[in-house]
Amino acid sequence: MTNKIRILLAKVGLDGHDRGVKIVARCLRDAGMDVVYTGLHRSPEEVVAAAVQEDVDVLGVSLLSGAHMTIFPKIIAGLKARGVDDIILLGGGVMPDEDVVALKKMGVHEVLLQDTPPNTIIQTIERLVAERGDR
Amino acid sequence: MAKFVPSDVLVERALVGDSAAMARLMSRAEAATPECRPAFARLYQKAGQAHIVGITGVPGSGKSTLVSTLTLKLRAAGKRVGIIAVDPSSPYSGGSIMGDRIRMSALAGDEGVFIRSMATRGAHGGMARASLEAVDVLDATGFDYVIIETVGVGQAEVEIARAAHTVVVVSAPGLGDDIQAIKAGILEIADVHVVSKCDRPDANRTISDLKTMLTLGLSLSGGASWQPKVVPTSSAQGEGFEELITALDRHAQWMRSSSAGQDRLRHIAEFRMLKTAEDLLSQQFLATRKPALALISGQLSERRISPYQAAERLLAGFQLEGPA
Repeated sequence: MTNKIRILLAKVGLDGHDRGVKIVARCLRDAGMDVVYTGLHRSPEEVVAAAVQEDVDVLGVSLLSGAHMTIFPKIIAGLKARGVDDIILLGGGVMPDEDVVALKKMGVHEVLLQDTPPNTIIQTIERLVAERGDR
Repeated sequence: MAKFVPSDVLVERALVGDSAAMARLMSRAEAATPECRPAFARLYQKAGQAHIVGITGVPGSGKSTLVSTLTLKLRAAGKRVGIIAVDPSSPYSGGSIMGDRIRMSALAGDEGVFIRSMATRGAHGGMARASLEAVDVLDATGFDYVIIETVGVGQAEVEIARAAHTVVVVSAPGLGDDIQAIKAGILEIADVHVVSKCDRPDANRTISDLKTMLTLGLSLSGGASWQPKVVPTSSAQGEGFEELITALDRHAQWMRSSSAGQDRLRHIAEFRMLKTAEDLLSQQFLATRKPALALISGQLSERRISPYQAAERLLAGFQLEGPA
Protein backbone atom coordinates (compact mmCIF):
# COMPACT_ATOMS: atom_id res chain seq x y z
CA MET A 1 0.00 0.00 0.00
CA THR A 2 1.57 3.29 -1.07
CA ASN A 3 0.56 6.65 0.32
CA LYS A 4 -1.76 9.04 -1.43
CA ILE A 5 -0.30 12.34 -2.52
CA ARG A 6 -0.52 14.74 0.44
CA ILE A 7 -0.74 18.44 -0.28
CA LEU A 8 -0.97 21.50 1.96
CA LEU A 9 -2.86 24.41 0.44
CA ALA A 10 -2.15 27.72 2.11
CA LYS A 11 -3.26 31.34 1.95
CA VAL A 12 -0.58 33.69 3.24
CA GLY A 13 -0.74 37.28 4.40
CA LEU A 14 -3.45 39.85 3.80
CA ASP A 15 -5.36 37.99 1.13
CA GLY A 16 -9.00 37.16 1.79
CA HIS A 17 -9.83 35.56 -1.55
CA ASP A 18 -10.10 31.83 -1.05
CA ARG A 19 -12.68 30.70 -3.60
CA GLY A 20 -9.92 29.69 -6.01
CA VAL A 21 -7.98 27.66 -3.45
CA LYS A 22 -11.18 25.91 -2.34
CA ILE A 23 -11.97 24.94 -5.94
CA VAL A 24 -8.44 23.58 -6.33
CA ALA A 25 -8.81 21.67 -3.02
CA ARG A 26 -12.01 20.10 -4.28
CA CYS A 27 -10.41 19.09 -7.63
CA LEU A 28 -7.45 17.49 -5.87
CA ARG A 29 -9.74 15.64 -3.45
CA ASP A 30 -11.68 14.30 -6.43
CA ALA A 31 -8.36 13.19 -7.95
CA GLY A 32 -7.81 11.07 -4.83
CA MET A 33 -5.33 13.28 -3.00
CA ASP A 34 -5.27 14.13 0.71
CA VAL A 35 -5.55 17.90 0.97
CA VAL A 36 -4.85 19.89 4.14
CA TYR A 37 -6.13 23.46 4.01
CA THR A 38 -4.70 26.03 6.42
CA GLY A 39 -7.34 28.74 6.14
CA LEU A 40 -6.67 32.42 5.55
CA HIS A 41 -4.08 34.92 6.81
CA ARG A 42 -1.19 32.61 7.72
CA SER A 43 2.40 33.75 8.03
CA PRO A 44 5.14 32.12 5.91
CA GLU A 45 6.66 30.62 9.09
CA GLU A 46 3.32 29.07 10.12
CA VAL A 47 2.85 27.57 6.68
CA VAL A 48 6.34 26.05 6.68
CA ALA A 49 5.80 24.58 10.17
CA ALA A 50 2.47 23.10 9.09
CA ALA A 51 3.98 21.62 5.91
CA VAL A 52 6.69 19.93 7.98
CA GLN A 53 4.28 18.52 10.60
CA GLU A 54 1.91 17.29 7.92
CA ASP A 55 4.84 15.80 5.93
CA VAL A 56 3.25 16.85 2.66
CA ASP A 57 4.58 16.00 -0.78
CA VAL A 58 3.47 19.37 -2.11
CA LEU A 59 3.06 22.83 -0.60
CA GLY A 60 0.73 24.95 -2.70
CA VAL A 61 0.53 28.65 -1.90
CA SER A 62 -2.30 30.66 -3.43
CA LEU A 63 -1.70 34.38 -3.75
CA LEU A 64 -3.98 36.97 -5.29
CA SER A 65 -2.70 39.93 -3.31
CA GLY A 66 0.41 40.75 -5.35
CA ALA A 67 2.71 39.92 -2.42
CA HIS A 68 4.19 36.81 -4.06
CA MET A 69 7.68 38.31 -4.55
CA THR A 70 7.84 39.01 -0.80
CA ILE A 71 6.21 35.84 0.51
CA PHE A 72 7.81 33.09 -1.60
CA PRO A 73 11.40 34.01 -0.63
CA LYS A 74 10.36 33.75 3.04
CA ILE A 75 8.77 30.33 2.50
CA ILE A 76 11.82 29.08 0.59
CA ALA A 77 14.12 30.38 3.34
CA GLY A 78 11.92 28.76 6.00
CA LEU A 79 12.04 25.36 4.30
CA LYS A 80 15.81 25.66 3.86
CA ALA A 81 16.27 26.64 7.53
CA ARG A 82 14.48 23.44 8.56
CA GLY A 83 16.57 21.33 6.21
CA VAL A 84 13.57 20.37 4.09
CA ASP A 85 14.59 19.49 0.54
CA ASP A 86 11.87 17.11 -0.62
CA ILE A 87 8.69 19.22 -0.48
CA ILE A 88 7.55 20.42 -3.89
CA LEU A 89 6.64 24.12 -3.78
CA LEU A 90 3.88 25.37 -6.06
CA GLY A 91 2.53 28.86 -6.58
CA GLY A 92 -0.98 29.63 -7.72
CA GLY A 93 -3.07 32.69 -8.44
CA VAL A 94 -2.60 35.90 -10.38
CA MET A 95 0.99 36.99 -11.08
CA PRO A 96 2.79 38.79 -13.92
CA ASP A 97 4.67 36.54 -16.36
CA GLU A 98 8.08 38.04 -15.53
CA ASP A 99 7.49 37.26 -11.84
CA VAL A 100 6.72 33.65 -12.72
CA VAL A 101 10.17 33.39 -14.31
CA ALA A 102 11.77 34.97 -11.24
CA LEU A 103 9.86 32.69 -8.83
CA LYS A 104 10.95 29.56 -10.69
CA LYS A 105 14.54 30.80 -10.61
CA MET A 106 14.40 31.23 -6.83
CA GLY A 107 13.10 27.68 -6.29
CA VAL A 108 9.33 27.53 -6.82
CA HIS A 109 8.90 24.29 -8.79
CA GLU A 110 5.91 25.42 -10.79
CA VAL A 111 3.51 28.35 -10.96
CA LEU A 112 -0.08 27.62 -11.98
CA LEU A 113 -1.86 30.81 -12.95
CA GLN A 114 -5.55 31.62 -12.75
CA ASP A 115 -6.42 30.16 -16.16
CA THR A 116 -4.88 26.71 -15.53
CA PRO A 117 -7.40 23.91 -16.24
CA PRO A 118 -8.01 21.56 -13.27
CA ASN A 119 -6.63 18.54 -15.13
CA THR A 120 -3.38 20.38 -15.79
CA ILE A 121 -3.05 21.11 -12.06
CA ILE A 122 -3.61 17.45 -11.22
CA GLN A 123 -1.19 16.21 -13.92
CA THR A 124 1.47 18.72 -12.91
CA ILE A 125 1.32 17.60 -9.28
CA GLU A 126 1.36 13.91 -10.19
CA ARG A 127 4.32 14.45 -12.53
CA LEU A 128 6.37 16.46 -10.01
CA VAL A 129 5.75 13.90 -7.24
CA ALA A 130 6.70 11.04 -9.59
CA GLU A 131 9.89 12.87 -10.61
CA ARG A 132 10.82 13.39 -6.96
CA GLY A 133 10.26 9.69 -6.29
CA ASP A 134 9.54 7.83 -3.05
CA ARG A 135 11.05 9.12 0.15
CA MET B 1 15.20 11.75 -6.75
CA ALA B 2 14.53 12.04 -3.05
CA LYS B 3 16.64 10.04 -0.64
CA PHE B 4 15.13 7.35 1.58
CA VAL B 5 15.93 7.65 5.28
CA PRO B 6 15.51 4.32 7.15
CA SER B 7 12.79 4.39 9.82
CA ASP B 8 15.18 3.53 12.67
CA VAL B 9 17.26 6.59 11.77
CA LEU B 10 14.06 8.66 11.81
CA VAL B 11 13.31 7.34 15.31
CA GLU B 12 16.74 8.53 16.52
CA ARG B 13 16.05 11.99 15.09
CA ALA B 14 12.47 12.11 16.39
CA LEU B 15 13.61 11.24 19.92
CA VAL B 16 15.80 14.36 19.96
CA GLY B 17 12.91 16.52 18.82
CA ASP B 18 13.19 16.61 15.03
CA SER B 19 9.62 17.36 13.94
CA ALA B 20 10.28 16.50 10.27
CA ALA B 21 11.40 13.01 11.36
CA MET B 22 8.29 12.63 13.53
CA ALA B 23 6.12 13.66 10.61
CA ARG B 24 7.83 11.24 8.22
CA LEU B 25 7.33 8.36 10.68
CA MET B 26 3.62 9.16 10.75
CA SER B 27 3.57 8.95 6.95
CA ARG B 28 5.30 5.57 7.12
CA ALA B 29 2.62 4.42 9.57
CA GLU B 30 -0.06 5.48 7.11
CA ALA B 31 1.71 3.75 4.22
CA ALA B 32 2.00 0.58 6.35
CA THR B 33 5.40 -0.33 4.92
CA PRO B 34 6.84 -3.41 6.69
CA GLU B 35 10.20 -1.58 6.85
CA CYS B 36 8.94 0.66 9.66
CA ARG B 37 7.63 -2.10 11.96
CA PRO B 38 10.79 -2.50 14.11
CA ALA B 39 11.00 1.30 14.45
CA PHE B 40 7.41 1.45 15.68
CA ALA B 41 8.09 -1.42 18.06
CA ARG B 42 10.80 0.75 19.60
CA LEU B 43 8.50 3.76 19.82
CA TYR B 44 5.81 1.60 21.46
CA GLN B 45 8.32 0.58 24.13
CA LYS B 46 9.15 4.23 24.82
CA ALA B 47 5.51 5.35 24.79
CA GLY B 48 3.02 5.04 27.63
CA GLN B 49 3.65 8.32 29.43
CA ALA B 50 1.26 10.69 27.63
CA HIS B 51 -2.37 11.20 28.56
CA ILE B 52 -4.32 10.25 25.43
CA VAL B 53 -7.62 12.05 25.12
CA GLY B 54 -10.18 11.14 22.45
CA ILE B 55 -12.58 13.90 21.49
CA THR B 56 -15.70 13.03 19.52
CA GLY B 57 -19.16 14.41 18.86
CA VAL B 58 -21.62 15.23 16.10
CA PRO B 59 -20.43 17.31 13.12
CA GLY B 60 -20.52 21.00 14.01
CA SER B 61 -20.57 20.39 17.76
CA GLY B 62 -17.41 22.45 18.13
CA LYS B 63 -14.74 19.76 18.47
CA SER B 64 -11.96 21.56 16.61
CA THR B 65 -12.59 24.85 18.38
CA LEU B 66 -12.68 23.05 21.74
CA VAL B 67 -9.39 21.28 20.94
CA SER B 68 -7.85 24.63 20.02
CA THR B 69 -8.92 26.35 23.25
CA LEU B 70 -8.11 23.33 25.43
CA THR B 71 -4.64 23.18 23.88
CA LEU B 72 -4.05 26.89 24.54
CA LYS B 73 -4.91 26.32 28.22
CA LEU B 74 -2.65 23.27 28.46
CA ARG B 75 0.16 25.22 26.79
CA ALA B 76 -0.30 28.00 29.34
CA ALA B 77 0.29 25.34 32.01
CA GLY B 78 3.55 24.39 30.27
CA LYS B 79 2.32 21.13 28.74
CA ARG B 80 3.27 19.95 25.26
CA VAL B 81 0.29 18.88 23.20
CA GLY B 82 0.05 16.62 20.16
CA ILE B 83 -3.10 16.58 18.09
CA ILE B 84 -4.23 13.93 15.61
CA ALA B 85 -7.11 15.50 13.69
CA VAL B 86 -9.13 13.03 11.65
CA ASP B 87 -11.29 14.06 8.71
CA PRO B 88 -13.30 11.84 6.36
CA SER B 89 -12.03 10.45 3.05
CA SER B 90 -14.26 10.65 -0.01
CA PRO B 91 -16.03 7.32 -0.57
CA TYR B 92 -15.71 7.93 -4.33
CA SER B 93 -12.20 9.22 -5.01
CA GLY B 94 -10.51 8.23 -1.73
CA GLY B 95 -9.23 11.81 -1.48
CA SER B 96 -9.95 14.21 1.35
CA ILE B 97 -10.02 17.83 2.38
CA MET B 98 -8.75 18.21 5.93
CA GLY B 99 -9.69 21.54 7.45
CA ASP B 100 -9.22 21.12 11.19
CA ARG B 101 -6.21 23.42 11.10
CA ILE B 102 -8.48 26.30 10.09
CA ARG B 103 -10.09 26.30 13.55
CA MET B 104 -6.72 25.85 15.23
CA SER B 105 -5.12 29.01 13.85
CA ALA B 106 -4.35 30.23 17.36
CA LEU B 107 -1.93 27.30 17.72
CA ALA B 108 -0.07 27.91 14.45
CA GLY B 109 3.66 28.37 14.82
CA ASP B 110 3.83 27.08 18.44
CA GLU B 111 6.64 24.50 18.57
CA GLY B 112 5.07 22.92 21.67
CA VAL B 113 2.09 21.85 19.60
CA PHE B 114 2.24 19.18 16.89
CA ILE B 115 -0.82 18.90 14.68
CA ARG B 116 -1.21 16.07 12.21
CA SER B 117 -4.24 15.71 9.93
CA MET B 118 -5.27 12.18 8.95
CA ALA B 119 -7.95 10.96 6.57
CA THR B 120 -10.16 7.98 7.41
CA ARG B 121 -9.49 6.01 4.17
CA GLY B 122 -12.34 3.54 4.47
CA ALA B 123 -12.52 0.76 7.04
CA HIS B 124 -10.58 -2.44 7.84
CA GLY B 125 -8.64 -1.16 10.84
CA GLY B 126 -6.07 0.79 8.81
CA MET B 127 -7.15 4.15 10.17
CA ALA B 128 -7.19 3.01 13.79
CA ARG B 129 -3.81 1.31 13.45
CA ALA B 130 -2.12 4.23 11.70
CA SER B 131 -3.57 6.91 13.97
CA LEU B 132 -2.53 5.03 17.10
CA GLU B 133 0.99 4.63 15.71
CA ALA B 134 1.03 8.39 15.14
CA VAL B 135 -0.05 8.76 18.79
CA ASP B 136 2.95 6.58 19.76
CA VAL B 137 5.30 8.94 17.90
CA LEU B 138 3.98 11.89 19.93
CA ASP B 139 3.86 9.93 23.18
CA ALA B 140 7.41 8.57 22.83
CA THR B 141 8.83 12.00 21.97
CA GLY B 142 7.63 13.57 25.20
CA PHE B 143 4.27 15.16 24.50
CA ASP B 144 2.29 15.36 27.75
CA TYR B 145 -1.13 15.17 26.13
CA VAL B 146 -2.11 13.60 22.84
CA ILE B 147 -5.56 14.57 21.62
CA ILE B 148 -7.29 12.47 18.96
CA GLU B 149 -10.02 14.52 17.37
CA THR B 150 -12.38 12.28 15.43
CA VAL B 151 -14.64 13.02 12.49
CA GLY B 152 -18.33 13.64 13.20
CA VAL B 153 -20.42 10.98 14.92
CA GLY B 154 -20.69 7.41 13.55
CA GLN B 155 -19.42 3.89 14.15
CA ALA B 156 -15.76 4.10 13.14
CA GLU B 157 -14.81 7.13 15.19
CA VAL B 158 -16.46 5.66 18.27
CA GLU B 159 -13.90 2.89 17.85
CA ILE B 160 -10.95 5.25 17.62
CA ALA B 161 -12.12 7.24 20.62
CA ARG B 162 -12.30 4.00 22.62
CA ALA B 163 -8.57 3.61 22.17
CA ALA B 164 -7.94 6.79 24.17
CA HIS B 165 -7.41 6.84 27.94
CA THR B 166 -10.11 9.46 28.38
CA VAL B 167 -13.02 9.88 25.99
CA VAL B 168 -14.62 13.31 25.73
CA VAL B 169 -17.96 13.52 23.94
CA VAL B 170 -18.90 17.01 22.83
CA SER B 171 -22.58 17.91 22.67
CA ALA B 172 -23.76 21.27 21.41
CA PRO B 173 -26.96 22.94 22.64
CA GLY B 174 -30.00 23.02 20.42
CA LEU B 175 -29.75 19.49 19.07
CA GLY B 176 -32.55 18.39 21.44
CA ASP B 177 -34.04 15.26 19.95
CA ASP B 178 -30.78 14.32 18.30
CA ILE B 179 -29.33 13.68 21.73
CA GLN B 180 -32.14 11.24 22.38
CA ALA B 181 -31.43 9.57 19.06
CA ILE B 182 -27.75 8.90 19.74
CA LYS B 183 -28.17 7.94 23.37
CA ALA B 184 -27.57 4.26 22.66
CA GLY B 185 -24.31 5.00 20.85
CA ILE B 186 -21.77 7.66 21.34
CA LEU B 187 -22.94 9.13 24.67
CA GLU B 188 -22.31 5.78 26.35
CA ILE B 189 -18.57 5.91 25.73
CA ALA B 190 -18.01 9.31 27.36
CA ASP B 191 -15.78 9.65 30.41
CA VAL B 192 -16.36 13.38 30.26
CA HIS B 193 -19.31 15.07 28.61
CA VAL B 194 -18.60 18.54 27.32
CA VAL B 195 -21.54 20.78 26.53
CA SER B 196 -20.02 23.27 24.11
CA LYS B 197 -21.22 26.75 23.12
CA CYS B 198 -22.51 27.41 26.66
CA ASP B 199 -22.68 31.11 25.94
CA ARG B 200 -25.92 30.17 24.19
CA PRO B 201 -29.15 30.47 26.20
CA ASP B 202 -30.41 26.95 25.43
CA ALA B 203 -27.30 25.28 26.88
CA ASN B 204 -28.89 24.60 30.29
CA ARG B 205 -31.40 22.27 28.71
CA THR B 206 -28.60 20.15 27.20
CA ILE B 207 -26.65 20.12 30.47
CA SER B 208 -29.67 18.94 32.45
CA ASP B 209 -30.60 16.35 29.77
CA LEU B 210 -27.13 14.82 30.04
CA LYS B 211 -27.09 14.89 33.84
CA THR B 212 -30.51 13.21 33.93
CA MET B 213 -29.34 10.52 31.52
CA LEU B 214 -26.29 9.84 33.71
CA THR B 215 -28.36 9.46 36.91
CA LEU B 216 -30.55 6.91 35.12
CA GLY B 217 -27.51 4.74 34.55
CA LEU B 218 -26.14 4.89 38.09
CA SER B 219 -28.14 1.99 39.48
CA LEU B 220 -26.42 -0.48 37.18
CA SER B 221 -22.79 0.41 37.80
CA GLY B 222 -20.72 -0.63 40.76
CA GLY B 223 -18.93 1.73 43.16
CA ALA B 224 -15.50 1.32 41.56
CA SER B 225 -16.57 2.49 38.13
CA TRP B 226 -15.90 5.97 36.86
CA GLN B 227 -18.79 8.42 37.10
CA PRO B 228 -18.80 10.55 33.93
CA LYS B 229 -18.69 14.29 34.46
CA VAL B 230 -20.66 16.93 32.60
CA VAL B 231 -18.56 20.03 31.88
CA PRO B 232 -20.09 23.13 30.25
CA THR B 233 -17.61 25.09 28.12
CA SER B 234 -17.59 28.14 25.92
CA SER B 235 -14.68 28.16 23.50
CA ALA B 236 -15.65 31.66 22.39
CA GLN B 237 -15.31 33.02 25.93
CA GLY B 238 -12.68 30.56 27.16
CA GLU B 239 -14.93 29.36 30.00
CA GLY B 240 -15.06 25.92 31.58
CA PHE B 241 -11.59 24.82 30.55
CA GLU B 242 -10.06 24.69 34.06
CA GLU B 243 -12.95 22.36 34.97
CA LEU B 244 -12.35 20.31 31.82
CA ILE B 245 -8.63 19.93 32.55
CA THR B 246 -9.44 18.95 36.15
CA ALA B 247 -11.90 16.32 34.89
CA LEU B 248 -9.28 14.95 32.46
CA ASP B 249 -6.64 14.79 35.18
CA ARG B 250 -9.02 13.08 37.62
CA HIS B 251 -9.87 10.50 35.01
CA ALA B 252 -6.17 9.87 34.33
CA GLN B 253 -5.67 9.43 38.07
CA TRP B 254 -8.60 6.97 38.19
CA MET B 255 -7.07 5.03 35.29
CA ARG B 256 -3.77 4.70 37.14
CA SER B 257 -5.16 3.82 40.54
CA SER B 258 -8.22 1.60 39.98
CA SER B 259 -8.43 -1.98 38.81
CA ALA B 260 -11.18 -0.92 36.41
CA GLY B 261 -8.73 1.57 34.94
CA GLN B 262 -6.10 -1.14 34.52
CA ASP B 263 -8.72 -3.33 32.80
CA ARG B 264 -9.38 -0.45 30.46
CA LEU B 265 -5.69 -0.28 29.53
CA ARG B 266 -5.76 -3.98 28.70
CA HIS B 267 -8.87 -3.46 26.56
CA ILE B 268 -7.06 -0.68 24.69
CA ALA B 269 -4.13 -3.02 24.05
CA GLU B 270 -6.52 -5.71 22.82
CA PHE B 271 -8.24 -3.19 20.55
CA ARG B 272 -4.89 -2.20 19.01
CA MET B 273 -3.90 -5.80 18.47
CA LEU B 274 -7.20 -6.62 16.75
CA LYS B 275 -7.14 -3.47 14.59
CA THR B 276 -3.57 -4.14 13.49
CA ALA B 277 -4.43 -7.77 12.71
CA GLU B 278 -7.52 -6.62 10.80
CA ASP B 279 -5.41 -4.22 8.76
CA LEU B 280 -2.75 -6.84 7.96
CA LEU B 281 -5.44 -9.34 7.04
CA SER B 282 -7.29 -6.97 4.73
CA GLN B 283 -4.08 -5.78 3.03
CA GLN B 284 -2.98 -9.35 2.31
CA PHE B 285 -6.47 -10.42 1.36
CA LEU B 286 -6.96 -7.64 -1.18
CA ALA B 287 -3.44 -8.13 -2.55
CA THR B 288 -3.95 -11.84 -3.24
CA ARG B 289 -7.69 -12.17 -3.92
CA LYS B 290 -8.40 -9.17 -6.12
CA PRO B 291 -8.71 -11.14 -9.41
CA ALA B 292 -11.03 -13.69 -7.77
CA LEU B 293 -13.05 -10.86 -6.25
CA ALA B 294 -14.05 -9.50 -9.66
CA LEU B 295 -14.85 -12.94 -11.03
CA ILE B 296 -16.96 -14.12 -8.09
CA SER B 297 -18.82 -10.84 -7.67
CA GLY B 298 -19.75 -11.11 -11.36
CA GLN B 299 -21.27 -14.54 -10.74
CA LEU B 300 -23.11 -13.18 -7.73
CA SER B 301 -24.41 -10.19 -9.65
CA GLU B 302 -25.86 -12.55 -12.29
CA ARG B 303 -27.55 -14.52 -9.45
CA ARG B 304 -25.81 -17.73 -10.45
CA ILE B 305 -24.60 -18.17 -6.87
CA SER B 306 -25.81 -16.91 -3.48
CA PRO B 307 -24.02 -14.32 -1.32
CA TYR B 308 -22.91 -17.08 1.08
CA GLN B 309 -21.57 -19.24 -1.75
CA ALA B 310 -19.75 -16.23 -3.15
CA ALA B 311 -18.18 -15.44 0.21
CA GLU B 312 -17.15 -19.08 0.72
CA ARG B 313 -15.50 -19.20 -2.72
CA LEU B 314 -13.72 -15.94 -2.06
CA LEU B 315 -12.38 -17.12 1.29
CA ALA B 316 -11.52 -20.64 0.09
CA GLY B 317 -8.55 -19.48 -1.96
CA PHE B 318 -7.00 -17.33 0.76
CA GLN B 319 -3.96 -18.34 2.76
CA LEU B 320 -2.58 -15.93 5.34
CA GLU B 321 1.19 -15.59 5.18
CA GLY B 322 3.09 -16.35 8.33
CA PRO B 323 5.32 -13.78 10.06
CA ALA B 324 8.34 -12.68 8.04
